[in-house]
Amino acid sequence: MSFPWQSGIEIRRDVKSGAASAVEVTRAYLDRAETLNPKLACFLTIDHEGALAAAAQVDRARDAGEALGPLAGVPVAVKDNLCTRGVRTTCASKILGDYVPPYDAHVVEALRASGAVIVGKTNLDEFAMGSSNENSAFGNVANPWALDRAPGGSSGGSACATAAGLVPMALGSDTGGSVRQPAAFCGITAIKPTYGRVSRYGLVAFASSLDQVGPMARSVRETAALLEVIAGHDRRDATSTDRETGTYLAACDRDVKGLRVGVVRDLLDGLQDDDVRRAVERTLAVLEKGGATLVDVALPHAEHAVSVYYLIATAEASSNLARFDGMRYGLRVPGADLNETYTHTRARGFGPEVRRRIMLGTYALSAGYYDAFYLKAQRVRTLIRRDYDTAFERCDVVCTPTTPTPAFALGEKTSDPLEMYLADIFTLPPSLAGLPAISTPCGKSSDGLPIGLQLVAAPFEEELLCAAAQTVEDACGLVDERPPGLG
Amino acid sequence: MADAKITLEQVLHVAKLARLKLSDDEATEMQQQLDAILGYMAGLDALDVTDVPPTFHSIPMDAPLRPDVPERCSDRAETLAQAPESEGGGYAVPVVLEVDS
Repeated sequence: MSFPWQSGIEIRRDVKSGAASAVEVTRAYLDRAETLNPKLACFLTIDHEGALAAAAQVDRARDAGEALGPLAGVPVAVKDNLCTRGVRTTCASKILGDYVPPYDAHVVEALRASGAVIVGKTNLDEFAMGSSNENSAFGNVANPWALDRAPGGSSGGSACATAAGLVPMALGSDTGGSVRQPAAFCGITAIKPTYGRVSRYGLVAFASSLDQVGPMARSVRETAALLEVIAGHDRRDATSTDRETGTYLAACDRDVKGLRVGVVRDLLDGLQDDDVRRAVERTLAVLEKGGATLVDVALPHAEHAVSVYYLIATAEASSNLARFDGMRYGLRVPGADLNETYTHTRARGFGPEVRRRIMLGTYALSAGYYDAFYLKAQRVRTLIRRDYDTAFERCDVVCTPTTPTPAFALGEKTSDPLEMYLADIFTLPPSLAGLPAISTPCGKSSDGLPIGLQLVAAPFEEELLCAAAQTVEDACGLVDERPPGLG
Repeated sequence: MADAKITLEQVLHVAKLARLKLSDDEATEMQQQLDAILGYMAGLDALDVTDVPPTFHSIPMDAPLRPDVPERCSDRAETLAQAPESEGGGYAVPVVLEVDS
């Protein structure tokens, strides 16, 4: 493949052999980002200076005969809720509009150490709260397949930039589906790792018991390669595990003969969207033909996932976002006294969805309601976890669509928050159970929009997900399809 | 609104707890939206989970320990540069307590 559609793996190979210079590659992607960003709005910041400096360092290292990292010279975009030292990190919120972190997130350090070239920071729903990117304080991201459609959220900027060939790969974050759902809407692959697999240090906290950083790319192999770079223990995140990491890229070549694929029949049969159901059924048939065994499993409590998630995540968010008080960083709107300064700052700084979630979470935690809402949700969360425990006695991966429909239209769900929440029904259950999940393209709708397949595995079985998703990618033959009209 | 899951009065109380200021229109809209969301969540009432333990941590794990050695923390000037206001190497904030002398 040639620019801009070559893979990160090809770029690294060419930079290593000297067939390409990292600076030239970087310049070409920066130019493309400048040209297309006004149309797509996927970048909030494009870091020319930092990117070219990082690329020059890769070229120097190559010329000096030094060993190159696994992503040497590969342009990567980073979601703007991951701290980058010296580069504005806004969370797409007015309250952090001018915030320049004094430190790098763990995953950003890992990217730099791998030789990756960070070209910019991508747009998102404010504080990663949303499923359409329409909650950004800095404008909507477009879906590259149809500009009037939502790119998904909250990592919509990362998904859009990757699908549109502005970068080969990107980092997002996933609390209830925020890398998988935009990946499905934009026709790319993304992994939500097992809770604890990737350090959250420097990821601006939304819901701490759910947040994970996740890799996104146009192919399963690139997604696996990026996961390999960011996974691993980091003592600065107390929930980061010191379990050994996998060899995710190599796992893509594993045989999946005999793989037991769990099919949640009532979820599939209940799908309103024929295109999505057909795409999933077709993919299941292909997997079966390739030697996998289909097994019926049930997730009887998955139907409660929306309620459980939107109680737990908002409760955690209301606590986490208490830190935005206008004292130590970010916006301050002075009032007559301390209390008024808090309320003015937060009223001016937070957008409507963030305020709504803080309200819901504060209510769920408030005196007299804690047991009925927050604690109850945590108990039902146990039932959802147990559903998976039971399912994994019979299968290796649980297969559902990633989303009930392909990308919906921008503006379609903004007036009804509950309607927007319900679109997360398939991505929420594995998040609540802390499980690893991958979304990869498995078909197209009748009007040409991508459809994503979600595979969920037991804790720390990311290698299995990579192997299974690679089989889906090989079978579906969609990996070289490109959004029309972008050059 | 006898059947409302959350009243306007409760919304204003919660807003106060969360240090959020809502205009009258915003408060009304917030009440309607939260009421619809909480109405949907009432679906959880059908489940009896009295004997089910809560899941606060989805993946059971022991937090790994690290050696207890001093190390450099972040640079004070770089950190304070992000403060809305700083003074004498510290954060400058509005008066918290008025003390009569």
